[in-house]
Amino acid sequence: MTDKLITAAIVVVGVPGVLIGYIWATEQVLRILPERRRPDIRPWLWLAPALAFLALFLVYPMIGTILRSFQDNLGKTFVGLDNFFWFFGSADALSALKNNLLWLIFLTLFVVGFGLLVAVLVDKVKYESFAKSVIFVPLAISMVAAGVIWLYMYQYKPPGAVQTGTLNAAIGVAGLGPVPWLQVEDFSVNTFMLIIVMAWMWTGFAMVIISAALKGINPELMEAARMDGATEWQVFRGIVFPLLVPTLVVVSTTMIITALKAFDVVFTMTSGNLNTNVIANEMYAEMFKFGQYGRASAIAVVLLLAIIPIMFFNIGRFRAQEAVR
Amino acid sequence: MARRFRWFLPLVVIALVMAACGTSTPSGDAKTVTVIGTWTDAEQDAFLAMVKPWETDTGNTVKYQGTRSINDILAAGVPTGVLPDLAGLPGPGQMAEYADAGALQPLDDVLDVATYTDETSPALVNLGKVGDKTYGVFIKAALKGLIYYNTASHDYAASPPATWDDLISQGQANIGDAEALWCVGIESGDASGWPATDWIENILLRQSGPDVYNDWWAGKVKWTDPKIKAAFDLYKEVIDNSYGGGTNTVATKFELAGDPLFKSPPGCEFFEQANFMSGLGKFADLKAGTDFNAFPFPAINPDYAKAVEGAGDLFGMFHATDAAKSLMKYLVTAPAQDIWVKAGGALSANKNATSYPDDFSKNAGAAVANAEQFVFDASDLMPSAMNAAFWSHMVSLTSGSETVDEALKALQTVADDAYKPAA
Repeated sequence: MTDKLITAAIVVVGVPGVLIGYIWATEQVLRILPERRRPDIRPWLWLAPALAFLALFLVYPMIGTILRSFQDNLGKTFVGLDNFFWFFGSADALSALKNNLLWLIFLTLFVVGFGLLVAVLVDKVKYESFAKSVIFVPLAISMVAAGVIWLYMYQYKPPGAVQTGTLNAAIGVAGLGPVPWLQVEDFSVNTFMLIIVMAWMWTGFAMVIISAALKGINPELMEAARMDGATEWQVFRGIVFPLLVPTLVVVSTTMIITALKAFDVVFTMTSGNLNTNVIANEMYAEMFKFGQYGRASAIAVVLLLAIIPIMFFNIGRFRAQEAVR
Repeated sequence: MARRFRWFLPLVVIALVMAACGTSTPSGDAKTVTVIGTWTDAEQDAFLAMVKPWETDTGNTVKYQGTRSINDILAAGVPTGVLPDLAGLPGPGQMAEYADAGALQPLDDVLDVATYTDETSPALVNLGKVGDKTYGVFIKAALKGLIYYNTASHDYAASPPATWDDLISQGQANIGDAEALWCVGIESGDASGWPATDWIENILLRQSGPDVYNDWWAGKVKWTDPKIKAAFDLYKEVIDNSYGGGTNTVATKFELAGDPLFKSPPGCEFFEQANFMSGLGKFADLKAGTDFNAFPFPAINPDYAKAVEGAGDLFGMFHATDAAKSLMKYLVTAPAQDIWVKAGGALSANKNATSYPDDFSKNAGAAVANAEQFVFDASDLMPSAMNAAFWSHMVSLTSGSETVDEALKALQTVADDAYKPAA
């Protein structure tokens, strides 16, 4: 216990000390330079520690992963593109890729669609903040917990038995069902059931951001339109929606990245069985279950390559918006 | 002034977090043995009770952590060296991998080998060996392929079915108003499908015998072989006659799968599971031998009537400290194993541990310790990618989304890759 306290004390005093020392030291270095050049160099010196951490914890592992993706499972010999050939030749990996595509399209549609709908609707009522809080709450739940909650929602018992799953109990009242929600593979019904869980969690996120953008629209614009006799629908289509587009794009790209990274919900609810697998799960299994470090890295690289264009697009949009301001 | 020091608070938080992380790694204390195992809850209590006398005698302490993801922890720990002193091993396949990687320590100089070999079933002793060195010991054993029934529906104890045909005809004769012949449930989270692999193994063992069985898990018999297909076909028949059918089988947690035996009217007549089922679901609240009972999986081909499938929890040593060695030596002895079996639900690989709480466990324990032809759970012996695919395709097959031929073809494709010697 005492060594822990001593370590804590050293860290509490030491870390700020080192940082102050660093800033002091950079100023000393800058003094050597001519005054004119100092403003150009100072920001880089201040950024250096952060960049060093980024390089150590992000760039270095990324390069390592890319290297590994060209190596065998033990990371000893280079095998060229074998791991990538395996990925695109494996029925399981391709099925996971197809599911990720479903996730990407429908999670984004559901989240942005419902988020927009709720944001616009609650904007018009008095109990707005209450309604928004209720919809935002699921985002605070861990994804694993959400998966467990929804397992109970989707629970299936054979016809004739008491239905303990919320959904089957509800449709049972109307004399329907029971439906084995997570066991129906046709039309990827089970994958959609998983996407709904994620959409339930993330709608609140989209709603909050869209709602904030909505508040930023100058009410005089809408007033002017209304004065000119525009209906509410015309106001929404002609003024509100176009002004929201940049925000919707940002939320959409964020959701696309979330969909590509989907893991927890699938892992807790179906473990990827019955054709519900996604590539993040496939990567986890190859790495931690089968010890196939090369293949897992290849999957990571594929995922990275899929995300990079979206990241660039996102940054581009962001820059464009900054430029307008 | 306050403004100037605003940056200080986040720094302190970061510093404290770093301090906490930095010091949480266990210290290499000579009197402490770190152990990880798959046992949680009641099983964890039983294990801790088992090591208590050793702690009192030696003055050492056991730092135990129970986790279901032992496979992942060890797979990550072996290359990095972050490992406990002793650990439960996922199966003989992984044991061989870890031994080859040099992470596992041989136990030949640690155990009292003469007593250990004398007291333990030879099949289990051999499964703990890599080459001619012992790397793993079975701390706990399980008997697979027991057919459970509700004694209130019909008591089979007087003439337990000796053959599969006998089982089907007796079952049909006594089915009464039960909804189906069988109850099956294979949902088990990350490991969903394993109860179905047990079914296949039990059938294959009785149809084609231990030699085919052992060649099969070793990758020497193709999945598309007619013998394997025959086992899958019989399993499919069982599912067709099961409570709620394939859909319900896939949706039902294995722990609760036997509960419909005790419904009124009963959901089913029979339920296949390992001996440890007597501590799970409704079975836990009922009395073994009185409220429910079980008979061994019947013979299909009379040549293999004596074959038994079992499994067990292997234990291995990663750090050969004195305390770890002493604990390892103690764990396999009869007095230690006695404490373990007394708690119920567990069988011992040690013939001299006989303090079972009831006849049900005692018979199961004797069946393991004295088995003439003992085979180990095949799926646990397969390479991990094969095992995972076997589980997952059993789920698809059971739900009806794959036919037997489709599943076998897909499994053979996985096998072609999984059994390739490491480059």
